[in-house]
Amino acid sequence: MRRWIAPGAVIWLLIGAAYFLIPLVATSVYSLKSNQTGTCCTLENYGTIIHDPAFWKSIRISFVLALETIVIGLVLLVPTVYWVNLKLPRLRPVIGFLALIPFVVPPIVLVVGLLDVFRGTPDWFYAKPYGFLVAAYVILAFPYIYFALDAGFRAIDVHTLTEASQSLGASWRTTLGRVILPNIQGAALAGALLTLAIVMGEYTIASLSTFDTFPVYIQYVNENQGYPASALVLLSFGITWAAMVAIALVGIGRGAQTRVGGA
Amino acid sequence: MPFFAYALLFLFLPSGQVMVGAFRDVDGGFTLDNLRTLFEEPYRTQFRNSIEVSLVTALLGGLLGFLIAYSAIREGTPRFIRSALTTFSAVAANFAGIPLAFAFIATLGTIGVLTTFLADLGFNPYDHGFSLFTKTGVELAYLYFQIPLMILVISPAIDGLRREWREACASLGASSFQFWRHVGVPILMPSLLSAVILLFGNSFAAYATAYGLTGGQVGLVPIYIGYLLSGDVLDNPHLGQALAVGMFVVLALMMLLYIPLQRRASRWTR
Repeated sequence: MRRWIAPGAVIWLLIGAAYFLIPLVATSVYSLKSNQTGTCCTLENYGTIIHDPAFWKSIRISFVLALETIVIGLVLLVPTVYWVNLKLPRLRPVIGFLALIPFVVPPIVLVVGLLDVFRGTPDWFYAKPYGFLVAAYVILAFPYIYFALDAGFRAIDVHTLTEASQSLGASWRTTLGRVILPNIQGAALAGALLTLAIVMGEYTIASLSTFDTFPVYIQYVNENQGYPASALVLLSFGITWAAMVAIALVGIGRGAQTRVGGA
Repeated sequence: MPFFAYALLFLFLPSGQVMVGAFRDVDGGFTLDNLRTLFEEPYRTQFRNSIEVSLVTALLGGLLGFLIAYSAIREGTPRFIRSALTTFSAVAANFAGIPLAFAFIATLGTIGVLTTFLADLGFNPYDHGFSLFTKTGVELAYLYFQIPLMILVISPAIDGLRREWREACASLGASSFQFWRHVGVPILMPSLLSAVILLFGNSFAAYATAYGLTGGQVGLVPIYIGYLLSGDVLDNPHLGQALAVGMFVVLALMMLLYIPLQRRASRWTR
């Protein structure tokens, strides 16, 4: 058989590389242009961003939202997936089907309904990103966390672990916390990192419910200042990159990476 | 279980509200008028545009994604390319929305880096009918996440094409074309179809990229829903809900095709 790389393969890989690298290179070039004169090369765009308090505020909001979404998502789903795998395997197709529903109800449709249903609810929920937005983001993140966890649970022997733990006198809580969790922490971490990437980039729901998250800030700078937005875009790409590389490094999350993006 | 209560409250209740609202008139009575308007202009064109953009990017993205994934997996390609491609695809498939739109403006906008470069060579694409801020531009940007998504979804299926099958064909005297015509493509077909359907839905639902690129100036359904939600368009609050139901119907049809194909495709993956 052939030992060298096929010429056809080289061509397609090069086309792919060009398509994906050129916009990144162009953004980098933009980020070095002066916002006043449009000429190269200066770091002033980066300075503008770093000295803008709105930047720090928006990125903190997005980061806290991501952490909150991760915690709520895991607290809701870990026991559920555990229980379904252990006691109710019949429910597995049901929850797998549920995990497909967020694809049929995309963010733009979800936000129409959410705004309608929760208009008029108390301010601590409706008017705060940490209430309303997180509630929506847990739904967006649910399929990714679920598929990551499900893969993790399938890779371990839930029954044997549970029986062994209980025959040694452990309570349900001890079993879940000290036996099951350490065994699925890789899967949980993969789900958490994916959620981080999703929340840090989510624009549709945040902008239409008028919260100042990181992507909303990027769009604001893009509309009002131009060039400095490129520094933010590179940062945003870096965050996504870091999350995905971390997933690859943990060596798990196979099958969990099929992010159905778009947003 | 608390999880189901949560899904009920934040997924089913809002979706149900949208669906019920689409059948209400301004006074709260039952009506089919909202849905009937979906077949009138400009909504008809918006739906046609959305479906067209999704079809184009799903088919083109699917084809290119498959070719790139196959190039990386096939024998002879160094292994590190495959792992680099997988990681990169995971990043690019997630890199959508406002940042992606900006990256394309920096590349192919009126004063984008590539535009200026081409103009220096004597070919300014903007003099030849091209504009990034149109349907074509949106399609170009969408491919940036569609191709990587295809690579991620189709790679396991390509892995399932066993080397022995290829060798068996070759030793029986089949050409490369015959292998693909009679073995490769028929086996991959369910996977390819379900992947393309997934890509279609992915693009159909997308909002942020198109918004960031055109500032809401392109006639796509999600963009118009966003416009209705953010503006003070108060004449009929149920129109947005009707458009949302229209999207929901298209995506639900897509899922009905997707699930059985997915089941069939999993037959050959290990």
